[in-house]
Amino acid sequence: MARMKFLCDAERCIECNGCVTACKNENEVPWGVNRRRVVTVNDGIEGAEKSMSVACMHCSDAPCMAVCPVDCFYKTADGVVLHDKDLCIGCGYCFYACPFGAPQFPQAGAFGLRGKMDKCTFCAGGPEPDRSEAEFKKYGRNRLSEGKLPACAEMCSTKALLGGDGDTIADIYRQRVTVRGKGAEVWGWGTAYGPPKGGQPAAGSKS
Amino acid sequence: MSARTVVVAIVAALGLVALSGCGEKPQASSFKQGKYQGKPDTPPWDNAPLAYTDTNKWTKGDQKSWTDEIKTRNKFQNEYVRIGD
Repeated sequence: MARMKFLCDAERCIECNGCVTACKNENEVPWGVNRRRVVTVNDGIEGAEKSMSVACMHCSDAPCMAVCPVDCFYKTADGVVLHDKDLCIGCGYCFYACPFGAPQFPQAGAFGLRGKMDKCTFCAGGPEPDRSEAEFKKYGRNRLSEGKLPACAEMCSTKALLGGDGDTIADIYRQRVTVRGKGAEVWGWGTAYGPPKGGQPAAGSKS
Repeated sequence: MSARTVVVAIVAALGLVALSGCGEKPQASSFKQGKYQGKPDTPPWDNAPLAYTDTNKWTKGDQKSWTDEIKTRNKFQNEYVRIGD
């Protein structure tokens, strides 16, 4: 069974915002709502500047699901965290709970009126008939039902952003780090990526 | 018609009026903590592959064939596979 995950390689991300644009275009996300964004740390410091594309990480134990007072979140069989906008009351608890700032709220009106929550769906739509107009209007395109992966990851020019089955993207990342010869020495590497099935761990890797 | 019958009929009618509100269906969802309350969603493998492409092929309703298809597509994100060694 696939378990859908995103992985962003900070060594490769060039802050082009192609993923943000791809998401906006594919899902026709309104102004003011950013399902995906690029975060840059140490901006302008030579050799230390790193960028990373961030959206909903589709947590295995999602805090947004835990705090939602109306229980509008659900997790699909392939590990994607989705929600029902018909139930959402726009309270914003999920925004406070999410460590990635993934839940977004459309702002409409002069008094800071907060609409129903919108977030990355891993291009998996929502609880409306798949590929329907209603699903597209509320949640965006359902690419998974078309046998495709999220537009942001598939559009990434440097392939910094990987999206798809967790084991598969871990294999891709492991091979990449092994080829470039650095990155496997960081603490936690072995736990996160480990050796491939029947393979040897990357040179210099620590658990 | 006796006075008793009239009284009983009035009381019964009043009772029906009083109970008429009880037949109203709930208009708000009943929330149960920790359980999804929304509409059911269909899994992606319950859809037929797109007609205009021959790259993705899976059997409608077969989770394994869809998963295999997604994993195959996933591997195209690995440029070492795409361009070869």
